[in-house]
Amino acid sequence: MNDSVIGKEELVKRCEEVARDAVQGGYFLNPDTDFTKNLVRGLMVNEQRYGYPACPCRIASGKREQDLDIICPCDYRDTDLEEFGACYCALYVSGEITRGEKTVGPIPERRPPRSMRKTVSKAPSGNVPLTVSLPVWRCRVCGYLCARESPPLVCPICKVAQDRFERFL
Amino acid sequence: MIEMTHIDGEDKGKVVLYALSTCGWCAKTKELLAELGVEHSYVYVDLLEPDEIEEALTEVERYNPSGSFPTLVINDSRVIVGFREQEIREALS
Ligand code: SF4
Repeated sequence: MNDSVIGKEELVKRCEEVARDAVQGGYFLNPDTDFTKNLVRGLMVNEQRYGYPACPCRIASGKREQDLDIICPCDYRDTDLEEFGACYCALYVSGEITRGEKTVGPIPERRPPRSMRKTVSKAPSGNVPLTVSLPVWRCRVCGYLCARESPPLVCPICKVAQDRFERFL
Repeated sequence: MIEMTHIDGEDKGKVVLYALSTCGWCAKTKELLAELGVEHSYVYVDLLEPDEIEEALTEVERYNPSGSFPTLVINDSRVIVGFREQEIREALS
């Protein structure tokens, strides 16, 4: 596989977009701008390579349905932010880290190993104790819930695509 | 056999780094190896051909069941997963 080339201007633009989305969503980017820029470049490289911005710090399969959980922002971002103060790549960090009150350490991989991965469920995730008139869908990235025939094309909260939703009820 | 890039340096045993070309922690690990000046081999698994990726992943999983990067293997036995700077420094000092 050949490495892709990302233009300087393109990269600057994408960094600005990622930063703007982060602020709008209440997230913080790693204040180490060189580090952050390299990760954004990695996202762009993966987008060219696979057709979607797979996590730069994980190996993508090239099949979107197998990589849904690691399309940035990944399913694991918020849990890692809470527990370790940073996402696995340390692109997103906590307020404490942005303010320099804490430093980022290595973050263990939360994604299950290949042999234990499940595909996103289109059936309700648990026992459903009540009957609902419409299916309830949950965004796996931000937890947004909505009751409608199918999930929205784009999550109105965190802007991820429809295939990041799972059936909740 | 997966082809690795060899970097000359001080002999501290067999040092092999499995990395991804897009990953920030892998880059930091690679820089640290350069700073320490140790002889090592590395491979960017994401840049390999599909069948080689499979082979490399199986190899990484043997040392590190989560199959994550960076995975640093010293003398086929000591495995350091992630950019654990202190641990790497101590192991290669
Ligand atoms: S760990 Fe998740 S949120 Fe962080 S850069 Fe990788 S995909 Fe994005």
